[in-house]
Amino acid sequence: MQATRVRPNGWEWLSWLYMRVSAVLLLGLVLGHLYIMHVINSTATIDFAFVAQRFATPFWRVYDLLILVLALSHGLNGLRGIVNDYTRPGGGWRLVWNVGLWTVGLVFTLLGALVLFSFDPSAFARR
Amino acid sequence: MYRGGPGMLAWVLHRITGVAVLVFLLLHIVETSMLLYGPQAYDHALALYKQPWFKPLEFLLVAAVVYHAGNGLVVLVLDLFPRATRWYRTLFWVGAAAYVVVMVPVAVIMLRPLFAP
Repeated sequence: MQATRVRPNGWEWLSWLYMRVSAVLLLGLVLGHLYIMHVINSTATIDFAFVAQRFATPFWRVYDLLILVLALSHGLNGLRGIVNDYTRPGGGWRLVWNVGLWTVGLVFTLLGALVLFSFDPSAFARR
Repeated sequence: MYRGGPGMLAWVLHRITGVAVLVFLLLHIVETSMLLYGPQAYDHALALYKQPWFKPLEFLLVAAVVYHAGNGLVVLVLDLFPRATRWYRTLFWVGAAAYVVVMVPVAVIMLRPLFAP
């Protein structure tokens, strides 16, 4: 794999740098998440009660918020890189893709954050 | 221009696994948002993941994330030490070996329920 060389200024350089910084943070966060949820636990044991207990302390909410923001932005920015390889600069398709990626990013960040901030299992407790 | 070889393969796999994990992330956010509609709605959404046929896909997801993380680490090393590019082939095969060493136990742990219910 080639070591990318980008002029050390401007937005594309910041984007390049962001991919590296978010990658290092995600390395620990996501591998930890996968190990806990899919190796130690499994989808067989995860349910509403499991998540309610997990979100009882703010620690895992903050942990998941970090993954949400970093993974979504890292993934969509990576896809933007692919789009840039297949569309002409200043062309209509690239604009359509960029609007789409930003829309998906904003909507899904807000949806995820809404869940992490407002989830309250006691609202569904059996009376 | 690439002549092909392990670098090209690693790069193509990095893109494929990246897009695949992004697609799952979007699904994962939607399914998690069912928490706001209560236990019935959430457990109903999670029933998808509890189907036996989903287990291999779940393993592929973990395999894709681990590949993307490992290859990303290699890219980072090459960015920090461009001269290491000279030993890329060695780096590739060491990485491939490490990947197999990590993924075999993960495969056993994750896929065992399919064979011994």
